[in-house]
Amino acid sequence: MSVSVQDKLFLDRFKVDEVSHLRIIDNKKCIDECRDQACLYLCPANVYRVEKDCITVNYEGCLECGSCRIGCAKLNIEWRFPKGGYGVSHKFG
Amino acid sequence: MKETFDVAIVGAGPAGVSAAYILAGAGKKVIVLERGEHPGSKNVSGGVLYGHDLAQIIPDYFEKGCPIERNIVESRLWYLAKDSGFSVSYRDRAFDAERKYNAFTVSRAKFDRWYADQARRKGALIVPSTVVTDLIRDNAGAVTGVITQREDGEVRAKVTLLADGINSPLAARTGFRPEPKPEQVALAVKEVINLPIEVISERFGISEDEGVTIEILGEVTEGMDGVAFIYTNHSSLSLGIGANLADFATYKRKPYELIENLKQHPMVAPLISGGKSMEYIAHWLAEGGYDAIPKLFGDGYLIAGDSAMLFNTLHREGNNLAMASGKMAAETILEALKLRDYSKSGLKSYGDRLSRSFIMKDLKKYRRLGNYLYRNKDIFTQLSGVASFSAREIITVNGISKKDKERLILEKICRDMSIPRIVRLIWQGWRATR
Repeated sequence: MSVSVQDKLFLDRFKVDEVSHLRIIDNKKCIDECRDQACLYLCPANVYRVEKDCITVNYEGCLECGSCRIGCAKLNIEWRFPKGGYGVSHKFG
Repeated sequence: MKETFDVAIVGAGPAGVSAAYILAGAGKKVIVLERGEHPGSKNVSGGVLYGHDLAQIIPDYFEKGCPIERNIVESRLWYLAKDSGFSVSYRDRAFDAERKYNAFTVSRAKFDRWYADQARRKGALIVPSTVVTDLIRDNAGAVTGVITQREDGEVRAKVTLLADGINSPLAARTGFRPEPKPEQVALAVKEVINLPIEVISERFGISEDEGVTIEILGEVTEGMDGVAFIYTNHSSLSLGIGANLADFATYKRKPYELIENLKQHPMVAPLISGGKSMEYIAHWLAEGGYDAIPKLFGDGYLIAGDSAMLFNTLHREGNNLAMASGKMAAETILEALKLRDYSKSGLKSYGDRLSRSFIMKDLKKYRRLGNYLYRNKDIFTQLSGVASFSAREIITVNGISKKDKERLILEKICRDMSIPRIVRLIWQGWRATR
């Protein structure tokens, strides 16, 4: 079953910073060395997507759970919190 | 910031605010640094809170306007196969009377904000929209404050309390707690689904301020080690599902597909029917148990709550452990401030307090449970399938003799699992919770 995570993220309130708080350290590694590409599955906000021959980081919808940081088999993701007050802001929590 | 505080607290969640409330109440100069735009705006849990540990800090929390959604009077446990399931429930008038507010649901965005306001009224300085990026250490390595993202953002303090939650890049960077391994956390997603108050009351058989919790185990996690839940809020339901993070990677499942499939289950669908999703959020749960708990204090610092991996998976208790550990940290800090000894040995009684309390006793009791569930995946698949098959056969009236039905069930068990396997699962499960 295909679910649009986009519809879910539209429900949330985000204050988006212009600068990404997530960065793939070496995208070449993702394509050449990483067989599992776990980030494509375990990210609850589908932040990581394959486009042409690289993985893009759609940080705007990040729910800040940290899963990609420790779930990446190559530990190839540089992960910071968004700047204070930025990022997702829960209405109900 | 040039002034020096008695205590700097990282994170305005249940652990940090509990400590701040007590310390500020004792007249200490306390600063709480929160990365969200207000306390609660980043915080997630299933949404069940426990009155006992909150009352240890604010005895008259109800009179002080604690934003309670519903008081839990009934707890259900579901064990589900693909299109079927068992339900066990327990309701008790005591939870409406002398044990009222044993457990209640909250909106964390509202509760945490209210809770931080109580600490603020006691005199704690709560600074939102501020990320702590590093710790300040002296030449001997003792923590003497924190560094924030703000300009001129050094905050010096005699003692620092790290209560920044389970996902802590600060921990990873400074090394006060090792980064969790994927199998030591569960990733959970949650949706808040709006429904009219009377519809919730009717569907769950409760009055306007009463609530029900449902914990769900079985095939809903699609083979992964995990749980789901439904909790009643005042005019919404919290629907969530989580599984071991390592399993998500191995099974290649997507969290948002998992929660969508959960919504389709015949036992879930009627409860949420007609509801409108209002929010979709994600968070980790500490699954590592007792053995994943880091060193909880050192020169100039202590760790409390989720940040210290204090979470009881089986009983879904986390907020109360956070509040209780925050309180114990505050009591320890008060002693240390009195003796002016902020070293590891000055803060040592924090470890003793935790060990003597229910926190460490419970986590020790269940230290094998996480591994048991992670290694015995058939609990989530074959076992629930076999159990459902058995119930279906016994209940179906179709002219087949009961003896023949027993034989059918036995054959199914032997085909899908085997009797010794089931016996071993029960035996090991019992041992894992002793």
